[in-house]
Amino acid sequence: MTGPIPSAGRLPSAYLAPGSSSFATFLAEQAPDLLPGRHNAGPLGAQVPHGTTIVAATFEGGVVMAGDRRATMGNVIAQRDIQKVFAADEYSVVGIAGAAGLAVEMVRLLQTELEHYEKIEGVTLSLDGKANRLAALIRGNLAAAMQGLGVVPLFAGFDHGLPGGRIFSYDVTGGRYEEQAFHATGSGSVFARGSLKKLYRADLSEDECVTATIQALYDAADDDSATGGPDLARRIFPVVDVVSADGHRRIDEADVAQIADAVIAGRLQRPDGPNAPLI
Amino acid sequence: MSQPFYVSPEQLMKDRADFARKGIARGRSVVVLQYTDGVLFVAENPSQALHKISEIYDRIGFAAVGRYNEFENLRIAGVRLADLRGYAYDRGDVTGRGLANAYAQTLGTIFSSGGEKPYEVEIFVAEVGASSDEDQIYRLTYDGSVADEHAFAVMGGATESTTEHLRAAENGLLGLTDSIRLAVEALAAEPDGAPARSVAADQLEVAVLDRTRAQKRKFRRLPAREVVAALGS
Repeated sequence: MTGPIPSAGRLPSAYLAPGSSSFATFLAEQAPDLLPGRHNAGPLGAQVPHGTTIVAATFEGGVVMAGDRRATMGNVIAQRDIQKVFAADEYSVVGIAGAAGLAVEMVRLLQTELEHYEKIEGVTLSLDGKANRLAALIRGNLAAAMQGLGVVPLFAGFDHGLPGGRIFSYDVTGGRYEEQAFHATGSGSVFARGSLKKLYRADLSEDECVTATIQALYDAADDDSATGGPDLARRIFPVVDVVSADGHRRIDEADVAQIADAVIAGRLQRPDGPNAPLI
Repeated sequence: MSQPFYVSPEQLMKDRADFARKGIARGRSVVVLQYTDGVLFVAENPSQALHKISEIYDRIGFAAVGRYNEFENLRIAGVRLADLRGYAYDRGDVTGRGLANAYAQTLGTIFSSGGEKPYEVEIFVAEVGASSDEDQIYRLTYDGSVADEHAFAVMGGATESTTEHLRAAENGLLGLTDSIRLAVEALAAEPDGAPARSVAADQLEVAVLDRTRAQKRKFRRLPAREVVAALGS
């Protein structure tokens, strides 16, 4: 192949030039057509798959992020088992809502960006640094966002300085906002956040925190048609990731299924979910 | 008009090679050794910050001797090439062979071009495979030549005594602890049976490409306490 990636001959001088430790900057100079969101698409809006609800909540030793498995294309379910929560690196996790194709590409770019910096500089970026890099990538996608292809991720990670978990939310213009305790993004986020408001406590254990996020996704799916609830016939359950001092870990599908089954058993008794005390 | 002196191409290349070799011989050596679970790199390097050994990609490691600024340039170029390739295609499409090729072309062109001074570096590119048969170790020299190495390889300053020590000890693949010990003994060996130097653990830079690691990235730098523990008493 000819083009941006040298496959024969001497490495181009740009490769050997000292300077930037940012992969995105290097990519923008060497192969700008590989950047997500640089194509003029025209208003596509509802014609491409969109991801829906992501929730995150902190607990004593870290942070949990969970996402439902549905992608929608207008009124059609585009995919039932899409994965929308990804490890950004060893100590951070990113969940995507919005235009799925661009969002997945953006996650790949973020993963490469963080790893690239780590390899070149020999140290990892601070959690704030990582959150800011993601903000810059979202901002680069602004033109596509104006055409209905916005990407609105949720970013969370373990901050060794605190130490503890932290959550960052974004808007389509790359605005970065740190959230306290819990947050949600995507079409069902309003309902998920309402649910977490009633369920969340600062002293939740890791397992309880995972349960709270699954409850929140259930409530989101209950009221938002674009969010997928647990699919009992196909045994498709949310993707749940935990980041703690030990690093990133995906919770086993079987364990999530067990918690989801307990949540569903509870809902059979009370469809609106657990009762919070009035005062 | 004065006539420029005639220098035969043989002489020109020989001069350039001597120049590069002299620069490389000034530094301490680096040993690369296959062990049961992957590839071990051991370098004598008193600096904790300026590395001679580094990660390029998931299964690919890099070690170098010679002029720091030159091999650092090559290292960064390698990371850029690997990350770009992995991003544009897929992580599985980044190979040690491709990287070794790019380095060979680059070093070769610089060596034979009249306008540039040859790089005073020697490089190892190692890739860990699914089994030890599939591990690959490439040695690249200042003139762009590539050699495919097996079991162990040494580069840098006084390599003869180190190579001899490793050749004498060669007896199948060892575990990690034994391999570290062997590599350090080899680095400390002096020529003609003279008593070995002592190499302190804090003068060593040690890293592995460990195929048993659960993560995609198989490269791991060993912290000083692990090196001390491996060397034991």
